[in-house]
Amino acid sequence: MSKMPRILVVDDERPMRESLNDWLKEDGYRVGLASSGQEAVDMARKDPWEVILLDLKMPGMDGLKTLKKLKEVRPDAEVLMMTAYATVETAVQAMKEGAFDYLVKPFDPDEVEVQIKKILAHKELVLENILLRRKLEETYQFDEIIGRSNAMQEVFALISRVAPTDSTVLITGESGTGKELIARAIHGNSKRCFMPFIAVSCGALPDSLLESELFGYEKGAFTGAEHTKKGRFEMAHKGTLFLDEIGDVSLKTQVNLLRVLQQKEVQRLGSEKVMEVDVRIIAATNRDLAKAIEEKRFREDLYYRLNVIHIGVPPLRERKDDIPLLTDAFIRKYCLEMNREEARVGASAMKQLMAYDWPGNVRELENIVERALVIGRSKEISADDLPFSRKGGGPETFPKSLKRMEKVHIERILEAAGWNISQAARDLDIDRQTLYNKLEKYEIRRGDS
Amino acid sequence: MAKCVVICPIGSVDHGMLERIARHIEMRCSVMCKVSPRMDRPEYAYDERRCQFNSTTILKHLIRCCPDEALGFMGVTCEDLFVPILKYVFGLAEMEGRCSVISMHRLRPEFYDRPPDQPLLEERVKKTALHELGHCLGLTHCKNRRCVMYSSVRIEDTDMKHADFCPTCSQLFTWRIDTCLSPRRL
Repeated sequence: MSKMPRILVVDDERPMRESLNDWLKEDGYRVGLASSGQEAVDMARKDPWEVILLDLKMPGMDGLKTLKKLKEVRPDAEVLMMTAYATVETAVQAMKEGAFDYLVKPFDPDEVEVQIKKILAHKELVLENILLRRKLEETYQFDEIIGRSNAMQEVFALISRVAPTDSTVLITGESGTGKELIARAIHGNSKRCFMPFIAVSCGALPDSLLESELFGYEKGAFTGAEHTKKGRFEMAHKGTLFLDEIGDVSLKTQVNLLRVLQQKEVQRLGSEKVMEVDVRIIAATNRDLAKAIEEKRFREDLYYRLNVIHIGVPPLRERKDDIPLLTDAFIRKYCLEMNREEARVGASAMKQLMAYDWPGNVRELENIVERALVIGRSKEISADDLPFSRKGGGPETFPKSLKRMEKVHIERILEAAGWNISQAARDLDIDRQTLYNKLEKYEIRRGDS
Repeated sequence: MAKCVVICPIGSVDHGMLERIARHIEMRCSVMCKVSPRMDRPEYAYDERRCQFNSTTILKHLIRCCPDEALGFMGVTCEDLFVPILKYVFGLAEMEGRCSVISMHRLRPEFYDRPPDQPLLEERVKKTALHELGHCLGLTHCKNRRCVMYSSVRIEDTDMKHADFCPTCSQLFTWRIDTCLSPRRL
C-alpha cells in the first residue's frame, strides 16, 4: 500500500474534493486535498505527488497560474486539469503550460480512471527510460576497460582527450585487445552518447554484402533486394559508426568509403537520392596498415582520412601487470553469471597465467577464466583447471613435432577466438576453408583442447 | 444481539430479491445478514440540475441512522446515484466504515436498452453489494478482473467479474471480518 501513487486534488468546491477523495481512495491511492492554488503549491513543496488533479476555475490563484507554480515546484508531477467549462482555448493553453490532459466535470468514471492509469504508465516509462540511460552510461564508462599498467593509463588519457571531439579515430591492436570497448568508451563519453553507436565488422562480410550493409539499398537495386534497407551510415546518423577490421576491406569498397567520408553524403545502392549524414567514424584493425599501403592493399588517402587520431592498444603480453586485475574482474563477472561463490586463483595457476604469452590477448584470458570456472567447481582455480597444463604443453614447454605444434597452436587460437572460425582464420592468416581442412586433419573438435 | 450486515431498502425495492442477496452475503462472508424495514425515497438527496440523487448525501443520512449492532449498513435504491465529480456511480461506501449505498438504476438491463432479466439484475446487485461491503472493511480495488473488488466503471466490468473475492481479497476480507467480530471490538 505504501507504494501506491500519491494524488493531490485541488478544487475550491468541497463536494468535488470529497467525492474525488472517496473515489480515489477506493482505488487505493494516497490522496491529498487542497482547497486553493496556494495551498496546493505549499503541499507540493512539502511532499512529492505523482498526479495532481487541478481545477481550472478557482478564486484567487486560478488553475493556470497554479499549474505554472506547481510545474516550478514539482516539474515531474503530471497535472490533469478539471473544469466544468471546457473550451478549446483554455485546454490548449493548459497543455502549453505543461498539463498532461484535460477533464470536463462531471467525469465519466472510466474517463478519470483511464487518464490516471495513462499518466502512471507514462511516468513508469519515463523512469524506465532514465534507468536504461543510466545503465547505458555505466556501460560506456571506462570501467569496462580494465588496466592499471602505464600502457593502459596512456590509452585512458587519450580516450578522455579524444572523446569530446568529433575527430576520426583509428584504433590498432592485436585481436582480443578490446578495440571495440575503446570505441564504445569514446562514443559513450562524447556529446553523441545518446545517439546510436553502430558497429560493423567489415572483415566478416563479403565485398558486395558489406557495401549494401554500409550504404543500404533500394527495393529492386539487385536480385534479392525485396525491400528497401537503411545502411549503417544512415542508422548511425548523429551518432558513431565503428568500422571494425577496416584493414580487411577491399580496394573497391575503400573507394566508396572514402567518398562518403569526404563528402559526408551517402547514397543507397540503386537510388539517385543523396543523403547527408553526420557520423563520427572510429575504425579499428589488427593489421599493419602501413605495410598494407606499401603492398597496395590499402589506400593511402583513406588511411590518412581515418588516422586523424591514433590509439594503439598494447597486447596483453606487454602489460602483464594487468593480468591479476583482469582475472579477478572476469572471475567476478562469471561467478555472478553462474550464481556461484566467488573463486580465487591459486598461486601456481597465477604463475602460469603470468608466464603465458597470450596470443589471443584479453579475450583469450576471459575465455580461459570462464572455462576454468566451468571445469573446476572448487573455490580455487588451480593450474589443472587451465588449458595449457591439461595439454601437457603450456607456456614454457613446446611440442617437438611441427605437426603437433601446429595442432596446439590452432587449438590455442580457436580458444582465444571463442571458437569463432572466421576470427581464428584471420588470426592465423589463413582462409576459413584452410582452417576447416586443418581441423579435419588434426581431428580438432570443440571441447577437445 | 450478534453483529450482522443490515440491508436497508430505500424507496420501493423488491424485498424478495434483497432477501436472496442477504443469503448470498451470509454464504460468502460467513456473517449474519438481514433485511430491515424500508426507508422513504431520498428526496433530500435529489439534485434538480442533474436529475439524479447525490449518493454522498444519502450515505451521510445512512451513517446517522446506522443501527448499533450493524457490522455493515447497506442502503439499496432504484434511483440513479452520482457523486459531484462523477456522472454516475453504481455504489458508494464509507471506506473502513460501516455504511454504503448501492443503486440498481444502472444495473438493470433495461437501462442499456436490453429486455428485463431478473437473474442478471440479481447477479449484478450481489456483486455490487459484496464490492461495497469490501470497501467498508477497508478493501481497495483489486487488479484481478474476475475479483468482485475489481473497479466497475462500466456495466461490462461488473458482468466480467465473479460474485466472489479472489483468494487474496478473500483472505483480507476474512481477516477484517474476524477483527470486527472479535470481542475487543464489541
